[in-house]
This record gives sequence, C-alpha cells and structure tokens, in this order.
Amino acid sequence: MSRFFIFLIPVVVIAVFWVMSRYEAKGRHDPTRKSFLERNGTVLGIVFIGLVAFWTLFLVALPYLYMVQESFHPKLPPLKRGGPDDFLTLEQYRSFFVEPSSGDWNTNHMSAFVFSILASVGVTALNFAICYPLAYYMAQAGTAQKVRLLMLGLIVPYWVNEILRAFSLRLLLASKGLINQAIMALGISDTPIDFLGTDTGLYVGLSYAYLLVMIFPLYNAIESLDKNQIEAARDLGAPWWRIHKEVVMPYAKPGIASGCTMVFMLSAGSLAAPLFLGGPNTLWFTAIVYDFFFQAFNWPRGAAYAFILLAACIFFVMAMLRLFKVSLGETIR
Amino acid sequence: MSADVELDGVTIRFGDFTAVQSATLRINNGEFFSFLGPSGCGKTTILRTVSGFLEPSEGKVRIGGKDMAGFGPNKRPTALIFQNLALFPLMTVTDNITYGLRVRGASRDERDKRADELLSLIALRGQGKKMVNELSGGQKQRVAIARALAVEPQVLLLDEPLSALDLKLRQHMRNELRNIQQRVGITFIYITHDQGEALTMSDRIAVMNAGVIEQVGDGKTIYDRPATAFVASFVGENNPFPGKVLRADNGTAIVETAFGALRGKIAGGLKPGDNAILFVRPESLRLGQGGADTTFASSVLNVAFEGNASHIFLKGPGKKDITLTVGRHDGAAIPEQGSAAAVSYDPDLALVLPEGKLASE
Repeated sequence: MSRFFIFLIPVVVIAVFWVMSRYEAKGRHDPTRKSFLERNGTVLGIVFIGLVAFWTLFLVALPYLYMVQESFHPKLPPLKRGGPDDFLTLEQYRSFFVEPSSGDWNTNHMSAFVFSILASVGVTALNFAICYPLAYYMAQAGTAQKVRLLMLGLIVPYWVNEILRAFSLRLLLASKGLINQAIMALGISDTPIDFLGTDTGLYVGLSYAYLLVMIFPLYNAIESLDKNQIEAARDLGAPWWRIHKEVVMPYAKPGIASGCTMVFMLSAGSLAAPLFLGGPNTLWFTAIVYDFFFQAFNWPRGAAYAFILLAACIFFVMAMLRLFKVSLGETIR
Repeated sequence: MSADVELDGVTIRFGDFTAVQSATLRINNGEFFSFLGPSGCGKTTILRTVSGFLEPSEGKVRIGGKDMAGFGPNKRPTALIFQNLALFPLMTVTDNITYGLRVRGASRDERDKRADELLSLIALRGQGKKMVNELSGGQKQRVAIARALAVEPQVLLLDEPLSALDLKLRQHMRNELRNIQQRVGITFIYITHDQGEALTMSDRIAVMNAGVIEQVGDGKTIYDRPATAFVASFVGENNPFPGKVLRADNGTAIVETAFGALRGKIAGGLKPGDNAILFVRPESLRLGQGGADTTFASSVLNVAFEGNASHIFLKGPGKKDITLTVGRHDGAAIPEQGSAAAVSYDPDLALVLPEGKLASE
C-alpha cells in the first residue's frame, strides 16, 4: 500500500505546482506572454514536457523515493510483501543504534560511522593542504607553460581506472612493497612499516582519488584574484602567511567550500578505496551498507543506513558552511 | 618622516630586453616627482624597483641614504598606489585603510584613531563601515591613498592612479593629490603618460623614452627648454622642422628645412652641417609675414574651432601637419580652408635641437 502511495507523491507535487502556477497566472494576465505550448507547438511541447517529466520522475525522483519508503519497511521475502507482515516501521533506523538480535548498543556500526566521517574530514583536510599550494601556484605564480604541464600531470593519471590505481598503491605501500624496501635499504627502519594496517594507505588512496575534485574549484577561485591585491598586501607589510589568510583565502572561500564539500561527500561515500586500501580492522560505513544490500539481501536496513549517512553528511556540510559564512549558492557558482 | 630616493646607475633587464638603461637621479626629500613617458618606456619598471617588487640588474636604489638591495616590498619605507587601486573588496573602508597597521600589530584603538584621522584627511569621515564597492570612483581613489598613507611611508609611489577616472574627476583629483602631498609632506613619486598631470602636479619631472631618462627638470624647464627632440615632441604640442644646420653662432642657428632657411635658438652643441630639428610650438606661430628666416609659406588644410582657441592645420614639411593655435581674443582673422598662408614666429621661441627620435613616430 505504502509502496503504491510513494509513486503518487511526485505526481501530487507536480499537480499542486501546476495548480499554483495557474492560480498565479490568472491574477496577472500578460497579453504579450505566450504559453509554453503556444511557443513550441502542441506536439513538440508535449514531447518536451514528457521527456523532462520522464527524466525527473523516473530517473531522479522515483529511485530515491523508492529507497526512502523501503527503509521504513521490515525485511521480508518477496512473497510476504504487501501482506499482513508488511507495515511501516522505524525498526531499520533503530537497528543502527540498537542491534535487534541481541538488544545491545550497536557499537560496531556506530563506530564505523563515526570513523568514516572523521576519516573523511581528515582526508578533506589533507587534500586541501596538498591542493591549496598547488592551485595557488597554478593560478598566480606559475608560467603558462609550466601550468599546462602540471595540469597534464594531474589529469593523465585519472585515465587509469580506480581499481588499478588502488591496487598499485597497495603494491607500493605493502610490507614488502617498494617504499618499505627503500626504507629498509636506506637503514631508516629495520622492520617494514605497516602502512596498510594503520590506514595510511587508505588516507593516501582517498586523498589521491579526489585530488582533482579539490584542485579545480580552488584553481578557479584563486585564478580570478587580481595579482595586484597580493602585491598590495605585501607592499603594506604583510608576511606571506597573512596574505594567504587575509587576502587569498577569503577571496577563494567559495571555491574552498565547494572543493571541501565535494571531497568530503565523495570520500564518506566511497567504496572501492576503503575496500582495497583499508586495514584488516578498518570498517568503512559504505562497506556495511554494501553488505546489507548484496550479502544479507536486507535492502530496507541498507537503505536506512545509507540515508543516515546522507543526512549526517548534509547536516555536517551545512554546519560547516554556516560556520565559515558561505552560502550554498556560492559553492556551486 | 620623509626620505629622498636615489637611483644610482639602475639598469633593469628582462632576459634580453633592457627595460631601463642606467638611470641615475636623485629625488629630494618631500618632493613631488613625476616620471613621464609613453607606455612601455620603463617608468612603471622603475616604480616597481623602488617599491621592491623588482631588483635592479645593475646599480643601486637608496632610500634615505640606505641601500635597499635585498629588502622586499614589505620591508621598505615605501607605499604603492596601484593603477587599478587593488583595494581589498571583501573588507570595509576602515579595514582597508588600517590593513597595513593591522599586519604591524597595532592595537584596535590605535587603528581606529588613525582611521578617523585619515578618513577626515580624504573627506570620507563617517563612511568607514561601508564596503569598498559601495564607493564612487573618486572615493575609492581617496581610500587607496589613505590606505597607503596609513603605514606612514617615507615615500609614496603612485602608478597612474588617475587613469581610470573621467576627465572632470581627474582634474579635481590632481589638485587633491597635490594638496594631500603638501599636507603630509612626504616624497611622492608619480608615474604618468599624461603630460598635463605631470606638469600641473610635479615639482620636477623625469621624461623617459625607451628605458632612458631623457631629461630631468621642473615643468617650465621641460616645456620651454627641452633637452632632446623626444622631449620637445612629447611634452606639449610641437611642430618639428627637420633639416641641416647652415650657420650656428651667438646662441642662434639657421637650419635649412623643407620650408627654406629658418632661425631658432640653439640648445645643444651644433655645428654647421649637422642634422637638426627646429621646433616651434603651435601657440608661438603667427599668421602673416615676419622677419627674414622666420617666415615660411604653407597652405591651410583644415580649421578646428575649440572654444577658447582655434587650431589651424597647415601643410607640413613631412607627413605630419603643422598646427598653429590662435587664441579666441588674438584678433587674428581665421583663414579659409585651402588658402595659402604666410606663417611667422619669434625666433626666441623656436628651438634647434640635434636630430633624434620624435614621440609617436
């Protein structure tokens, strides 16, 4: 019943909007304004509306809506769906906090959740620390030729697919990998350093995976800054770090916010890198979601977990934007 | 506090290109000094060298007697006003003005006090809380001046700051700049390609061309006694008559030009047979017959009425026309277009200079 109801939501929303727009148009009649169908012709107009409606309803809205309603249902075999056992419940969301089989606190999943969020914050910070100097160099300091070369060097590695990239990093960081061999050959350490077990590999892999996502918004933002502003600050006696703190970064704030938001969202929701590069004791939250869908075939619980992650990420990003006084509109400029 | 600025054989090269060629001059303490020249003559390069953004390839820059080599722009007692002002758009007027004090660690009280002083100096009292973009062009200009003055520089460097303003405002700001300079009493170094600005504001002017300082002097000297053909043709309007020196004695010379032998005062050490150019300014030319060697015949190409004066364009010796300016109340009859005209001048107002490159050739 509720499954059927969910399909009605977008139709009802569209109908409400349509009625509202008709109501508004009645009040202010503009003789020069032609209706959409008059402008495009009836047939073509209907085709346009149909295509856009198909896109937004079937490809964007409905899959998510379906997942939303699924997360409010118990896990049932297909035959029992729609039967007397199929009722709306918050059980799946509750199961994130309290394990249903034992009744204990679900510390396992909650700590994975907190770890994923914190690690994503760390990856975002690391990424920013790497990308800001690079972006500044490309946007303000470097000569055109060097910038082109650098740009190429940044983009080309992304032609390599993610799995190959992750595994080659693993090869590099493994206990008998190239880096450890070099460290031991140079006598810096006698025993190999466990990069993968301590999640170093995970952070490196995630930071590297989303480098471009950070660097381009930063580059775009810094590039439009007038060089004279930097020189003016310098001429007024500012040391270099104050120039960045007080002139460049405030100016590039929308770009910084945009880059950080995307890197944070993507790394919190990433699956491949944590799977291949995380240590044996590391549980990334998306891996749990994945397991619910594909190992336990518990779609309702997987959906509930995924929405918990989504809501937490959105909340976190909004709070950060608020804290740094950036409007959402600025970040997507 | 104010300081003199000394350029000692300063040469600045960018790769193979020499932007400034062994510039040597001394700008006195408290002077309003202008570098005047066409774009690309190296005047901005000199300014950036004095401010510390560039190091000279050869030679020394001294400010207050101290060699500035190795001192960055943030360590020099200079403040620069940029051509586009480069105000910080995300800061208020007060924050802009006091930025230099803030990075020097001045307290808030100190900064507010100084901001108040400067805001009243630039007649923007009470507008400190506005954002920079809410101000008009002239107001922004004054904020830029205040921001530079806030750090109490000994030398203020101005890189064509008036070029973005419209004509009326520009003329107003000339007076204002001059007033501010006299009130604060520090050395101003002003860069411009506008000779009107240089002449009206400066105590002294250095005229530059192609990286070389051609002449240094006060406005009257530069205008009345230009040292080179370039200065004569760049500062103010001037009519060149190139030719060969026929005779030179007693401070006058006779030059054989396309219009026959013409007489003028001699400036350089010219000998008979040397190539030379005789210069007569449009306002020094008169219609009608004059004395021997100071009269020539030409024809009227065009007449332009400009309110207070009329400009008569005559067929010149080369491609360029000769301009003759008649004041509104000179009482001279304006000739018809196309008519023949005899033109004469006072030989004391004509100058014979060695041949050289002219401006905008």
